Amino acid sequence: MEKEIRTEEPRLMKGNEALAEAAIRADIDAYFGYPITPQSEVIEYLMREVPNRKDKKIVVLQAESEIASINMVYGAAGAGARVMTSSSSPGISLMQEGLSYIASAQLPCLVVNVVRGGPGLGTIQPSQGDYFQATKGGGHGDYHLIVLAPASVQEMADFVFDAFRLAEKYRNPTMILADGALGQMMEKVVLPPDGGLKKHPKPWATTGKTKDRNHNIITSLFIQPEEMEKVNLELQKKYEAMQSEVRWEEFQTDDAEILLVAFGLSARICQKAVDLGREKGIKVGLLRPITLYPFPYERIAELADKVEFILDVEMNAGQMVEDVRLAVEGKVPVYFKGRMGGMISTPEEILNELEAIHEKQNVLHD
Amino acid sequence: MNEKLLLDDGTELEQVFCRPDTLTDVPYHYCPGCGHSVVHNVLMEVVDELNIQDKTIGVAPVGCSVFAYHYMNIDMQEAAHGRATAVATGIKRVLPDKLVFSYQGDGDLAAIGTAETIHTVNRGENILIVFINNGIYGMTGGQMAPTTLLGMVTSTSPYGRDIHMAGYPLKITELIAQLPGAYYVTRQSVHNPNAVRKLKKAVTKAFEYQMQNKGICFIEVVSNCPSGWKMTPVETIKYLEEVMFPYYPLGDLKLPKE
Repeated sequence: MEKEIRTEEPRLMKGNEALAEAAIRADIDAYFGYPITPQSEVIEYLMREVPNRKDKKIVVLQAESEIASINMVYGAAGAGARVMTSSSSPGISLMQEGLSYIASAQLPCLVVNVVRGGPGLGTIQPSQGDYFQATKGGGHGDYHLIVLAPASVQEMADFVFDAFRLAEKYRNPTMILADGALGQMMEKVVLPPDGGLKKHPKPWATTGKTKDRNHNIITSLFIQPEEMEKVNLELQKKYEAMQSEVRWEEFQTDDAEILLVAFGLSARICQKAVDLGREKGIKVGLLRPITLYPFPYERIAELADKVEFILDVEMNAGQMVEDVRLAVEGKVPVYFKGRMGGMISTPEEILNELEAIHEKQNVLHD
Repeated sequence: MNEKLLLDDGTELEQVFCRPDTLTDVPYHYCPGCGHSVVHNVLMEVVDELNIQDKTIGVAPVGCSVFAYHYMNIDMQEAAHGRATAVATGIKRVLPDKLVFSYQGDGDLAAIGTAETIHTVNRGENILIVFINNGIYGMTGGQMAPTTLLGMVTSTSPYGRDIHMAGYPLKITELIAQLPGAYYVTRQSVHNPNAVRKLKKAVTKAFEYQMQNKGICFIEVVSNCPSGWKMTPVETIKYLEEVMFPYYPLGDLKLPKE
């Protein structure tokens, strides 16, 4: 994505608040949400801040549930608004029916998931346990969200703009998949410019039928099987086109013999593990997927030809690792290191794991 | 309207009645004798007469009227089951100058969507809710609804609705009328021409209140389901008058203080 020059002073902000401020600057028309830890600062910030922004016309509504929130998002998006909601894992589960309808009706919107540990009511501590739910559809039927995974407070803000750009380009719901730590921690952030996201006409929206056009219908009901299949084929074609939006970044992969793969906060920790490893002379690099859907299968496959093994690190029981293995196709061993329930691996833990695997590999080779 | 029609013998006829532009030229899929088509007609006649086709946005539910947008020639959204008033809230909040209504059955509004119904009314959203109560799930084949009367036989209450099993028929409109957010609450029917005329007056008032930003209007229509009730259309009218109306009495439940 294009990077504009930012002249504004850096601010120290919480991830959730930086995201909320970015939403105001992205000129959202509406936010509908329901409180849940660890993301309630998003709605709190908007409720506090929006009335002070006289130049803005933004609806901020606390709904009676996440179910109502996502259906308000459906209505507003169908009416042509730039609209978003945010929640955390159990709340996002409640939204899955609505997200399936939104994907089928092809409505652009942003859903933010500040993930907490599960399953069930779980814990309010950070987790990456919703990777499957976010990237494989989540609700019923064949569909995908575009999924962006920030790894810093800066990206919590920046990805709001990227998310709406992609949502509106493809008429598809987009998810920012963060975690409780990214939502809660404070970091330096240079905010995106106010009003920096253009709005384009949406001739399909339900804004009132005028004489010069047929009535617009927002629906996900296609009861004839021939028609339903046609809609599905269209969706699949769109998902194919979205593959060109794949984003990732790499650290020290040029000469890497060992590859770490991690997203979000885990990638931040792995970056430190790479530094520690390099200090000890271990040639380790890191690939960090930025979009989780689409996923950088091709680049991981290329790197798999150059490394001895891959270690995938996540804050869950092993979810993205399945996509990594799909990319690698058995060319090299893919190992997994994960912690769950709100626990987070330290860089030293990751390095120890890496060294243990390295040793085992060498024994096998000798 | 007002088109002149010339017959072969030279007689000139004036057209005084026709299908309004707000209704598409598509035959209703509803069963013979069902009240849905009459309520659709009434709604779209009012939209036509008030000249608000370009301002009106409807929300269809899951249920028999899921295809309401096939017939109503206005912009419409199809909501998930029970969520019509949440969808309507989303539309109205971003397009406050438009006129928004939801059209919902008893299962949609008073069972799966109860939370959305109560909270939308409680917020006083400036919309119209049209609630069709025929005491049965028509679309899925005649199962028990929250408003099914005691003793009424349905496919999921094959020996009649039993309070020990299924509780009482829900008088949700009475509940709605208690909420301070509600502006105008009325219970109507379409079982005879006089009732249809009354409903039309109520719908007209509701749209006018919405134009004046008065708040939420809630119109229940106690209707029939010949297929689900396993009666002829004529028998359903008798059942409405003798059994349904005594439990769901027609009339206004909350009138604006004007």
